[in-house]
Amino acid sequence: MDYHSPASFAEASALAANATGITRFLAGGTDVLVQLRSELVTPDTLIDIKKIDGVRDINSNADGSWTLGVAATGADMSEHLELGRDWPGVVEAMDLIGSTQVQGRATLTGNLCNGSPAADSVPAMVAAGVTVTVTGPDGDREVAVEDIPTGPGRTSLAKGELISAVHIPARGDNGGDAYLRFIPRTEMDIAVVGVGVSLRLDGDTVTEARVSLGAVAPTVLLVEDCAKAIIGSALDDVSLDALAAAASAACNPIDDKRGTIEFRTEVAGVLAKRAAKIAYARAKGEEA
Amino acid sequence: MSKFHVSTTVNGDAVDYLCDPRETLLDCLRDKLNLTGAKEGCGTGDCGACSVTVDGRLVCSCLMLGVEADGKQIETVEGIAEGDVLHPLQKKFIEHAALQCGICTPGILVAAKSLLEKNPNPTEEEARYWLAGNLCRCTGYDKIIRAVMETAEELREAS
Repeated sequence: MDYHSPASFAEASALAANATGITRFLAGGTDVLVQLRSELVTPDTLIDIKKIDGVRDINSNADGSWTLGVAATGADMSEHLELGRDWPGVVEAMDLIGSTQVQGRATLTGNLCNGSPAADSVPAMVAAGVTVTVTGPDGDREVAVEDIPTGPGRTSLAKGELISAVHIPARGDNGGDAYLRFIPRTEMDIAVVGVGVSLRLDGDTVTEARVSLGAVAPTVLLVEDCAKAIIGSALDDVSLDALAAAASAACNPIDDKRGTIEFRTEVAGVLAKRAAKIAYARAKGEEA
Repeated sequence: MSKFHVSTTVNGDAVDYLCDPRETLLDCLRDKLNLTGAKEGCGTGDCGACSVTVDGRLVCSCLMLGVEADGKQIETVEGIAEGDVLHPLQKKFIEHAALQCGICTPGILVAAKSLLEKNPNPTEEEARYWLAGNLCRCTGYDKIIRAVMETAEELREAS
């Protein structure tokens, strides 16, 4: 295994483009090292991106948006109070991943590029409208988070491409987001179903919404029918039931030891309602 | 396979070692620096027995490569006592018999010290969540939590 620690994303991209065999990028390593250890994936080339300037930074931009370095950890995010005030759903989703020790290393970008349909931070990022900068041999491009995963363990990133920054939009006024997941225990497990909701209000009425489901399909889903079910409503029982029905209808899950198809489909609807209520309360400025 | 020269700081001492890029920080601490306090329980970041801090951040040393330690500040359980004087957490663990086989204890001490540095006044719930990544199969956790909570109280009174 060749180990590289390039000083720029362009250099990292060039190393990956010219590498043969299996290449992995190393950010927090909480998936890469487990795969290495269990001999699931032994990279021929390992490219550590943590020596690149600014990769641990969490920056707020003049327009209210946020730019996160690809090696900013879950612990860095949880300790950033302003980020948590703007995007509590994104921060709580990241914070659900693993133990304190894992939080000290794990990153949003790693969670995304690992390609798990059950990745907790991904539905929250999709709901929030997060985009990433992808650096490749031909330069940079901006990609929506929902366009990165293409299936379990697979991404749309081509050879030589890597994510070089994470962009969270400006929260703006009267907005709120939330992420909920179901696991059969209280801590440290893989989502059976995850739901991210972000919405904006005008008075009591939902004017914008994005709803994303995790662990119920080969990739995390952005479900437009869920958004349509609540836009224009004050999140009354009728619209919440329509939201739940749309969420369940979007599910295409597997049966496994964590949950059956029937269970995941039902729970997706229940969690969508609960997450929407929390996002709504946050948009109203209430504690939730 | 070329080896990498790593210069790092462990418990305040400058150290150097040569490592293969596949070796974890845990391998390097134990096999190259003879710091065998950190234990390998699972090797996959689930049990916390290998806990150390890196630049003040609590991590599993099995989930970090030895080469990544270059230029970092590492703290291990060996650095907790000052010479022969045990840290208050260590004294409380003995007083409460908060250990039996002892394999998890170094990791729990490092994790608990890290908690009290960040939050000198944790609730029991906060302490339990913070230490949820440190598995103990002997004690049932109760004595560990009591030892941590009492140490926190003592340290607050002393400061």
